[in-house]
Amino acid sequence: MKANCWTGRNSVEVQHVPEPSILNNRDAIVRITSTAICGSDLHLLDGYVPTMEKGDILGHEFMGEVVEVGPGISHDRLRVGDRVVVPFPIACGACASCRAELYSCCENTNPNAGVSEKFFGHPTAGIYGYSHLTGGFAGGQAEYARVVLADANVLKIESDLSDEQVLFLSDILPTGYMGADMCDIQRGDVVAVWGAGPVGQFAMDSARVLGAEKVIAIDKEAYRLDMAEAQGYTAVNFESADVRSALLDLTGGRGPDKCIDAVGMEAVHGASHIHLYDRAKQAVRSETDRPHALRQAVLSCRSGGVVSVIGVYGGLIDKFPAGAWMNRSLTLRTGQCHVQRYMEPLLGLIEQGAIDPTRVITHRLPLAEAPTGYDLFKNKQDDCEKVVLSP
Amino acid sequence: MKTDIRSASGLRHDPLVRGLGWASALLGVPQVAAPAGFARALGVERPSIRHRSATAAVGVRELAAAAGLLARPHPAWLWGRVGGDLMDLAMLGRALRNHDGRGLGRTVAATAAVTAITATDVYAAVTRTRRSTPMELTATTTVTRPPDEVHAFWSDLTRLPDFMAHLDEVRVTGPRTSHWRVVAPFGRAVEWDAETTQDVPGRLIAWRSVDGADIDNSGEVRFTPAPGDRGTEIRVTLRYDLPGGALGAAAARYFGEEPHQQLDDDLRRFKQIVETGEVVRSEGAPGGKQARGEFPQRPARPLTEDELKEALA
Repeated sequence: MKANCWTGRNSVEVQHVPEPSILNNRDAIVRITSTAICGSDLHLLDGYVPTMEKGDILGHEFMGEVVEVGPGISHDRLRVGDRVVVPFPIACGACASCRAELYSCCENTNPNAGVSEKFFGHPTAGIYGYSHLTGGFAGGQAEYARVVLADANVLKIESDLSDEQVLFLSDILPTGYMGADMCDIQRGDVVAVWGAGPVGQFAMDSARVLGAEKVIAIDKEAYRLDMAEAQGYTAVNFESADVRSALLDLTGGRGPDKCIDAVGMEAVHGASHIHLYDRAKQAVRSETDRPHALRQAVLSCRSGGVVSVIGVYGGLIDKFPAGAWMNRSLTLRTGQCHVQRYMEPLLGLIEQGAIDPTRVITHRLPLAEAPTGYDLFKNKQDDCEKVVLSP
Repeated sequence: MKTDIRSASGLRHDPLVRGLGWASALLGVPQVAAPAGFARALGVERPSIRHRSATAAVGVRELAAAAGLLARPHPAWLWGRVGGDLMDLAMLGRALRNHDGRGLGRTVAATAAVTAITATDVYAAVTRTRRSTPMELTATTTVTRPPDEVHAFWSDLTRLPDFMAHLDEVRVTGPRTSHWRVVAPFGRAVEWDAETTQDVPGRLIAWRSVDGADIDNSGEVRFTPAPGDRGTEIRVTLRYDLPGGALGAAAARYFGEEPHQQLDDDLRRFKQIVETGEVVRSEGAPGGKQARGEFPQRPARPLTEDELKEALA
C-alpha cells in the first residue's frame, strides 16, 4: 500500500509498504477514507521530536472503514464495515488515567514507556505516527492502518455526515475544544487565542460555544486572521502591533480573562532579536522549545485568569515568567487532548450545526501528493490552513 | 514506577585484600620515590631513563591499586593487580632473555617473587569474585484490580514469562516447586529449581532457588490495596547473586540488560496484561516483550511477512 513516510529532517516521501496486520487481539484494520496533516506533524518534519526512525509512517488524524477485527473484540462493539473515526492518543480504558478520562496519559499503550518516562517523568499514551517516544505506532497517512485496542477507542459514525465533517474529531476539533474547556469560561469572559491555525480556529469556535463574550485571535498570517474575523472574532497581528498593548486596549486595561496557547514549541516572535535568541538556543539544544506565545499569554492574562496550553511542547523552555504566574494567581492548565472524552459531545455539536469543522479546510489532495501538502502547510503557501488527503 | 538497586561489599574487612593493598603500597612508594635504586635492586646495573620511567610507572600503578584496595575495595582492583603482575612477568622475562650476565641472580629472584605474588593475586581475585555481589532489586506499580485477582494472576507461575523479559520458561514441578529457565547476558541459558516459600492469597508470594542453583536467588511480591479504591499496589523484590559480581553487572549494563530496567519494564507489561488482556505491540516494537531491548527500533510501518512470523512466534 501507499504510505507517507518520514525520511529525515524536512523530508517526507510516499513509499510502498506492506499492508498492516493484526498484532494484538483487540486490533482492527481500517481502510482509510480520509486523513489529514496536523500542525504537530510539522514538529516531526522539522526534526524537533527525538526518536524518529527513517521510514516511520506519519499521520494521526484519520478515519475510514473497518475491514478486519481482531478476535478479542466483541461484534456488538465493532464489526467489519463500520465507519469509524480514530482518536490520535491510544487509550486502554482500564488504567487509572483512563478511568479519570485522562486518555492521552494512558499508562498501558506506550511500549516505549520506559523511554518516555525519562523525558516526561511519567510515561504517556501511545500515539499513531508520532515518533517512538510515543510508542512507535505506524501512522494514518496511508491506505490502511492498524488500530490498537480498537473497541476502547474508535467513534462509530452512524449518520450520513461527510468525512470532512467528522474527520477532525480525531484530533484538532477536540484539541481546540479542550483548550476552551480548560478555561472554565464564565459569562462575560474575553478569551484570547494565540495561533489562528486549525486548532486555534477550533479553540475560538469552542470558546464561543462555551459562552465567551469576546474572542481575540493572535497570529501574523493575514489570511488566518481574516478567517477568524469572518467568524466575528477580533484579530491582532503581532507583526504590526504590540500584543500586550493591543490586548489591554481591547479589554479596558484588564487583560484577557482566559488565554489559550495554540502555538507551542515552534513559535515565532514579532521582535526578531527575541526570536533569534530562542532560535539559537534551540539550534544548540540548550532549550528544545521556543515559548514566545506562552510567555506572552502569561504576561497578558488578567490576574486570577487561566492560561490554557494546547500547543505542543516537547522538552525544556527558558525564561518562563514564573513571577507573573505566581504573583498574579494565574492557573496554568494543559494536556495532549483527551480526545475520547470529547468525541461524542462534539459529534452532537456538529450534528446540531453549532460547529462546522469543514470551515478550516483549504486544500484537498490525493495521498500521493502528501509531500506537496506538507510543503504548502509548513511554508503557509497558497493561504494553506488545513490539508485533507484522500488515499 | 520506581526501581532501586543495591549491592553490598564485604571486601573492606577481608585480611587478604587488605594485605595485598598494603603490599602494593609498600612496593609502590620506593618505585615512585627512587626508581633508579629500585631498578638496581632488581639487577639492572646502570638504569637508563627508560628503566627509571618504566619503574616509576609501575609504582604509580601499584599506588593506584593500593588506594583502590584499601579505600574502595572491589574485585576489579584485584583483577587489576593480576593484569599488572602479568605485565611485570613479561618485563622480567624480557630482562632474562636480554641480560648481559650481571645481576642475573637478582632478576631470577625477582621473577620468582613476582610469580608467587601473581599466584596470590589470582587466588584472591578468583575467590573474591566468585563470592559474587548480592544484588537486590525492587520495583513497584499500581494496577486497577483487587488484590485477590492480582495475586491469582501472579501465582500462576507459568505465565511469568509472558511479561518477564529474561524468563524463557517456568514449569511447575510440584505443589510448591518449579523449574525456571532464563536467558542471561550474552545469550547464555541458566536454569534452576525453585520452591515457593510463602503464598498468602491477596497478600504475598515468595520463592527461592533450592540448593545447587547456578544463580542463588529469591524473590517476593507483596500486594496491598491502593488508597482510594485504586486497585492494588504491587511491590516486587528480587535478590540474587549475580555471576561475576559487580563486574558481571557492569558487563550486563554495557549490553543494555541492566537488571533494574528489566524489572521496571516487566512490571509495566504485567500491568498491561492485567488491565488490557495482553502486552501491547507497536510496529516499532512488534516483539512486545523486548521493547526496550530493541532500541533503536524498526521503523513504525507494517511488518513484512517474515517479520510478522518472528514477532508472533
